[in-house]
Amino acid sequence: MSLRAPAADPAAYTSVCRLDRIPREAGVCALVEGQAVAVFRTYDDEVFALGNYDPFSRASVLARGIVGTRGDVPFVASPMHKQGFDLRTGQCLDDAAVRVPTYAVVVRDGEVLVGPAEVDAGS
Amino acid sequence: MSPHLRRTLVVVGHGMVGHRFVQAAIERGLTETHDVVVVGEEPRPAYDRVALTSFFDVGAEALSFLPTGEYDDPRVRLLLGTTVEVVDPAARTLRLSDGGELAYDELVLATGAAPFVPPVPGHDLPGCLVYRTIEDLEAIREAAAGARAGAVVGGGLLGLEAANALHGLGLETHVVEMAPRLMPVQVDDAGGATLARHVEALGLVLHTGVATRAVVERDGRAAGLDLGEDGGTVEADVVVFSAGIRPRDALARAAGLDVAERGGVLVDEQCRTSDPHVWAVGECAAPGGRMYGLVAPGYAMAEVVVDALLGGPGAFTGADMSTKLKLMGVDVASFGDAFATTDGALEMVLADAVAGVYKKLVVSADGRRLLGGILVGDASAYGVLRPMVSSGIDLPDNPEELILPASRSGGAEVALPDEAQVCSCNDVSKADIVAAAACDGTTRAGATCGSCKPLVKKVVEDYFASQGRTVDRSLCEHFAMTRQELFDAVAVHGHTSFDEVVAAHGTGRGCDVCKPTVASVLASQLGRHVLGEGRAVLQDTNDAYLANIQRNGTYSVVPRVPGGEITPEGLIVIGEVARDFGLYTKITGGQRIDLFGARLEQLPDIWRRLVDAGFESGHAYGKSLRTVKSCVGSTWCRYGVQDSVRMAIDLELRYRGLRSPHKLKGGVSGCARECAEARAKDFGIIATEQGWNLYVGGNGGATPAHARLLAGDLDDETLVRYLDRFLLYYIRTADRLQRTAPWIESLDGGLDRVREVVVDDALGLGSELEAAMARHVAGYRDEWRDTLEDPDKLARFVSFVNAPDAPDPHIGFRAERGQQVPADPAEPAGPVVLGSAIPVGAPR
Ligand SMILES: Cc1cc2nc3c(=O)[nH]c(=O)nc-3n(C[C@H](O)[C@H](O)[C@H](O)COP(=O)(O)OP(=O)(O)OC[C@H]3O[C@@H](n4cnc5c(N)ncnc54)[C@H](O)[C@@H]3O)c2cc1C
Repeated sequence: MSLRAPAADPAAYTSVCRLDRIPREAGVCALVEGQAVAVFRTYDDEVFALGNYDPFSRASVLARGIVGTRGDVPFVASPMHKQGFDLRTGQCLDDAAVRVPTYAVVVRDGEVLVGPAEVDAGS
Repeated sequence: MSPHLRRTLVVVGHGMVGHRFVQAAIERGLTETHDVVVVGEEPRPAYDRVALTSFFDVGAEALSFLPTGEYDDPRVRLLLGTTVEVVDPAARTLRLSDGGELAYDELVLATGAAPFVPPVPGHDLPGCLVYRTIEDLEAIREAAAGARAGAVVGGGLLGLEAANALHGLGLETHVVEMAPRLMPVQVDDAGGATLARHVEALGLVLHTGVATRAVVERDGRAAGLDLGEDGGTVEADVVVFSAGIRPRDALARAAGLDVAERGGVLVDEQCRTSDPHVWAVGECAAPGGRMYGLVAPGYAMAEVVVDALLGGPGAFTGADMSTKLKLMGVDVASFGDAFATTDGALEMVLADAVAGVYKKLVVSADGRRLLGGILVGDASAYGVLRPMVSSGIDLPDNPEELILPASRSGGAEVALPDEAQVCSCNDVSKADIVAAAACDGTTRAGATCGSCKPLVKKVVEDYFASQGRTVDRSLCEHFAMTRQELFDAVAVHGHTSFDEVVAAHGTGRGCDVCKPTVASVLASQLGRHVLGEGRAVLQDTNDAYLANIQRNGTYSVVPRVPGGEITPEGLIVIGEVARDFGLYTKITGGQRIDLFGARLEQLPDIWRRLVDAGFESGHAYGKSLRTVKSCVGSTWCRYGVQDSVRMAIDLELRYRGLRSPHKLKGGVSGCARECAEARAKDFGIIATEQGWNLYVGGNGGATPAHARLLAGDLDDETLVRYLDRFLLYYIRTADRLQRTAPWIESLDGGLDRVREVVVDDALGLGSELEAAMARHVAGYRDEWRDTLEDPDKLARFVSFVNAPDAPDPHIGFRAERGQQVPADPAEPAGPVVLGSAIPVGAPR
């Protein structure tokens, strides 16, 4: 299970659903602080969260995309026009200039918790 | 020339070459300066005379080069059913059979040739016919109707075509040839003997080395042939003369133009006649005194004249008279110096009387170069051999490998030089093909006789390989196989899930390309719910939510309206649902009603109302059967000859829910007026007095295609049987996202291949395909009804997993012409206040 963001302030995390509510290799959309967040679960039960908003189609839909791999990269394909996004970084795999926000996410006792949007660490 | 002074170009004859001339004139811009008038004697536009014999199977329409009856260019005018009777080169005018006159600036004669009928006694009796036009074939069919036996005078290429036709019409068929063998122009004695054995095995009776003395008369009609002392008498109610052709040069003769000694309008290398404003092309022309009885040289002449009229340097300097054809299922090819007339030429022969194969290579005295050859029974090497002759490349070390049966040959590889002519019909060289491949362009290679298609494919693949671009037919990075291979693998191994398929045949965890493809293949084979057993995550969003996603992330909903027939009550329910949920409504091209603007979480409520009222999923979201459109048919229409609405409903209900490589659309028209536009559909059915004509491979969209006739005058049962086979053959073998038109195009043999499989059951798959369709029909269930009854499936239809009923604040609407349409979305900059601007088309 990934613990990618240090859960510094537990209060900043929103419990969105049980892990088993997210099918393997699929996403769900959660409402976190008024924002639509797409939460994905991979085949290996890793959990990732991205902004649900697809900057290409300007619609809030990424959670409805197909999840799979490109090479070793776990990714989601936008259901609108199929651009791929790296689940780990939000980086668009078809356009280097585009990236969607990522959110901290942890699974604790089978419960999926989404935290604040992660600031780009300058990578 | 001033652009205001348009000139007039008249073409006499709208046959194969006249048509090609007009095409080239349009394509190369000659119509920018010239108005073109085409005068054609036949009652219909040009058609594929080379394929004339298939008229009996597919009808006139399928042969037409111009099914719409006009060219796209408005500067070309067609006068059909009109004969040019007199040419006056001095005045530059023509007199027409309808009494009219035409003035021309330039005149192109493309009058073709006429069958030669030897002047034997009785040659003009009723029952004596020729084989050149569609009308000739109609006359033959009529004459054959009450007849027992037929005889063809002439055992050449055309004579055998005619004999094949008589045989196909059920007549005992005789072929009379004066020469000692069949096809004396193309093959030698041994080749002729091999051919004769094939033809006799089919039941034809051959009389070679005998001359026809007279047509025997009985009751004022032809009753047989008198073949003299040696040949005796042959009984025949139908006699077809096919003893060669003669150029139709009478107009030119009467106008005082020079004609060749052995017939044909004499022309120079530009195809210009003895009058500078008159040109001649095709079988009526005799460049350098010689006429060419094949279509490819005629096409070359047409291009040369267009070039000359544009001021170009093109010249016709002779043509490759190579021939390859399939006669009654027997391959025959003859190319280059087939009779070894070159000094010192050597022959290399492979004759296998058991297999019925005869192959001869003619090589130069030093054994280095291929000069020509003859192939009977197996002409598969023709595509490689003929270009070797024209390009003069060195033979490989073991030239016999080139004609050994494939199983024994080491597969001699020959690298063609760039200038090698790959397509002789349209004069396309290897370099032309490579150049086109390099820029994703096209050539005409393979468009006429098609015999070079395998070679064209190889040239293209070799080119890509040389560029380090393998011609990759894999589905995606996860599956190094085509959709068809995947389909077969799933069938053979009985896989039921993506996990099994990817573990056995793929790598990684799949993507948006292979997952929906596997889902579709599983759906075609298992027929289970697309959202069942973990399959929801494989589906594209439309299938995943059983609705069509729109630009703002909402969905549209389309209930099925089979055949477009709907009751007032049904209309009212749809109207009420749309009103209550605030949905935008629009009538679709498929004769049903699309309801737009449904949010994800509203879909189950909307469908509950629709299902309760008796509606079911219309599968507008699926790569599956969409609709079968119909006209109102014989029930109401005063022209209708069949009940098209009933047929459309039956077919739509039969094939609903059938998952396929791409969407599938059908149409049924109740008469030839074709109001249902069925020929723009993947399968189109048009009523005839006797039943139904079945057309396949049509579509609208970016690359429109007209469906072509697969089979005619079918009864209901046969129609459904052919359709079952056609659809499942397509589903099993097409590529991902390949509609029926390109799929048919991609098959070796194209539509003919489809006909072999579907109508003749050449693969013996018929009953298997029918059984598979029967399973589909029996297993059909409405996807939406099943979804509504299953809480697990329904759980996915929420806006937010932690706020299932909160509408997505990102979706906004505005009003337009009294309905709601998407408002331009706001960027999600900061937190969006929930519920601010959401017009709630709230459920009751
Ligand atoms: C059964 C059959 C099979 C064949 N198979 C092959 C094959 O396998 N390979 C091959 O290369 N070739 C084949 N051919 C020959 C091929 O069809 C011809 O080479 C080709 O049609 C020649 O084209 P054209 O335009 O010169 O003549 P056509 O196609 O005959 O066209 C001439 C047109 O001019 C019209 N016309 C004539 N006089 C006048 C007038 N005064 N006013 C108005 N219109 C006029 C005629 O009615 C006709 O429509 C075959 C022919 C037949 C009949």
